[in-house]
Amino acid sequence: MRQELNLRGNAALLAGANPLSKLAAVVLITVVLALSIDWVSASVALFFELLLFPLAGLTLALLWQRGWPLILAAAVGGWSTSILAPDSGRTLIDAGIWTMSEGSLETGVGFLLRGLAIALPAILLVSCTDPTDLADALAQKARLPHRFVLGTLAAMRLVGLMAEEWQTIGMARRARGVGSRGSVLQRLKATLGQSFGLLVQAIRRASRLAVTMEARGFGGGPRTWARESTYTPLDAWVLAGGLVMAGLAVTAAVSAGTWNMVWAGN
Amino acid sequence: MPAPSHAAAPRTVRPATVTARGWGWRHAGRTTPAVHALDLDISPGERVLLLGPSGAGKSTLLHALAGVLGDADDDGEAGESDETGSLLVDGGPPRGQRGRAGLMQQDPETQVVLSRVGDDVAFGAENLAVPRDAIWPRVHEALADVGLSHLPLDHPTSALSGGQKQRLALAGILAMRPGLILLDEPTANLDPAGVLEVRDAVARCLDKTGATLVVVEHRVSVWKDLVDRIVVLQPGSGANPAVLLDGPPDRVLAEARTMLTAAGVWVPGYVPSTRGRAAEQAPGAGGLLLAAENLGVSRQRPRRMGLRKVPPVPVQEGIIAQVRAGQALAVTGPNGAGKSTFALTLAGLLEPVNGMVSATTDLSRGAGITPYQWKAEQLIERIGTVFQEPEHQFVTGKVLDELLFGPRHLGHGEDRVDELLERLRLTHLVDANPYTLSGGEKRRLSVATVLAASPQVLVLDEPTFGQDANTWAELASFLSELLDAGTAVVSVTHDAEFTAALGGTELKLAAAEAVAP
Repeated sequence: MRQELNLRGNAALLAGANPLSKLAAVVLITVVLALSIDWVSASVALFFELLLFPLAGLTLALLWQRGWPLILAAAVGGWSTSILAPDSGRTLIDAGIWTMSEGSLETGVGFLLRGLAIALPAILLVSCTDPTDLADALAQKARLPHRFVLGTLAAMRLVGLMAEEWQTIGMARRARGVGSRGSVLQRLKATLGQSFGLLVQAIRRASRLAVTMEARGFGGGPRTWARESTYTPLDAWVLAGGLVMAGLAVTAAVSAGTWNMVWAGN
Repeated sequence: MPAPSHAAAPRTVRPATVTARGWGWRHAGRTTPAVHALDLDISPGERVLLLGPSGAGKSTLLHALAGVLGDADDDGEAGESDETGSLLVDGGPPRGQRGRAGLMQQDPETQVVLSRVGDDVAFGAENLAVPRDAIWPRVHEALADVGLSHLPLDHPTSALSGGQKQRLALAGILAMRPGLILLDEPTANLDPAGVLEVRDAVARCLDKTGATLVVVEHRVSVWKDLVDRIVVLQPGSGANPAVLLDGPPDRVLAEARTMLTAAGVWVPGYVPSTRGRAAEQAPGAGGLLLAAENLGVSRQRPRRMGLRKVPPVPVQEGIIAQVRAGQALAVTGPNGAGKSTFALTLAGLLEPVNGMVSATTDLSRGAGITPYQWKAEQLIERIGTVFQEPEHQFVTGKVLDELLFGPRHLGHGEDRVDELLERLRLTHLVDANPYTLSGGEKRRLSVATVLAASPQVLVLDEPTFGQDANTWAELASFLSELLDAGTAVVSVTHDAEFTAALGGTELKLAAAEAVAP
């Protein structure tokens, strides 16, 4: 967790682009894909996203490590859609209480692909963007208030610490006789107590960190930035790439006749 | 005051002056002031060590000088905080002078703000609106001054040791070019090597910049040769002034030795006397209770890679140790050798990676051979563990409930609580909230709560870290009584004097070869 907050060693091309342009491209693709439920636009987008993997320094193994909950969610969503969606065409499986037909399978596969196509850009963004650089860009280029941006950034570092603290508090409480094993109710009670302990520690740490930041002159006044957030020609390419991917996905779906606005219904 | 002896040093900053006139501060929601009627003058470039018993308001003074008092921490339930008299830095209130003073606190984790070394050092300079072109030379210079210039600027701050984190914090302070450096127990959480690292870095930086220094620390010997002057504070009230003694280190230490040792200050050359063992135990005497056989330990849990379970890489392997009734076992070794991890595994709190921890029937009494598998209630009356940070173990909102917690769960042993309260001087605190106690009180309480369940084996993780001499001596004496009564005591410690006071055997763990991920 704590290591993943740091992108040291990722020399991939996209790691050098400005986080804001990457964010804009990701938002663009995600919004376009969210507009329609069809498998053509999703597969076109997915195809291009997979092509981008090497540019972001991402491999399939890393993708699974970081994005497995999203991938699993997409798969489960696809499966349940395919057995629950209204049937049409030839019935493929009939298990009594549910059936899967050609029509419902198509909807299900469409759902699965879209889930992946929408989730992947975010994973790509996270794997080639350092949080500090994103904060720099948000404060310097997007002009978000620096107090808010830097406060969030510093707090994120504490999140990693909290994960370690959680384990320690769990052990410390077991050493006091608070069991975390046993019935569901006992476990729930133990988890609540442990959460409270963690909350107390989190607040204490956060207030100490706030004192540290304040003592280093952090506040509302004007500040300079040691790292300048800049745009390069690469950013134009990133934006253009996002536009092209979104455009191709829509064009392909419209020309294949599968473009289907979510709110238009069937 | 004598002129500072470091006047010849080339100055890159304008050292600050501190003037206090009848200054007092009461935290919001408290009835008594933290500092009362303080009169103090510190001239530019002076180096001052602040001493005094806990509750004398040393930290409050440092926070006030740093201009951060009253904003965070210590949010009382009711009432406003209250300031009297005046406290000035360079003739003005500290609040309006961000960057004139730099403050380092105790907990290394919260002294780091950002996740890359270079960015963290630059943070303060950025906040002071130093032009970009001037920031990076300052960063490089500050890192060199604290001896961290070998690290690349994008080195992750999470990979630093405690001593390195404190040195990084010092670099961040130096990059602001402050005229006043304030250190609030900067080495209390560090091992001996880390303490020296930080002290030497501070000395180098002061020689170079000529800045004024105010440091609060219990261990006088560490700072004595670096400071020009020692100021002893006392809890102020009524007619008592806040400053009890003030002068050159040797004079103050000579005049106030008795008073300082009584207040628990670690005066150089003083080891508090402790109760000796009734009789020196021969190694191997005492019934075997617990044994580690070829034990491999790690804090990581097995990782799940798809369907496979991958065991973690042990931080230490092949440990052989025996815990015997009435015998002390001291676990020593450098930082990162896995001492705490070993102790927690021995105590049944972590699962062994390989090898095993086995309890003899004298200890297990029918609960099974593997402590890790015991239920929590079975564990606490067999093996008690005192964590390094007492707050981690507090489970109630009152000192008395905290002590009764174990016995109530077990259904017996409540009668022992009064004796423990008495013995560890907690009787007057029974209604207090554990979180509001002082450091020494918290430590005594955490030991008492674990002992309330009458365990046969007591495991302590760095019990003397950051403790004053009084708490230290009490703890050592109390543990030697327990040992005589037949309890086995396992302590993870860097403290050679503590190990000597308890006697017994020593288990030295070597530095881990693999760098922890």
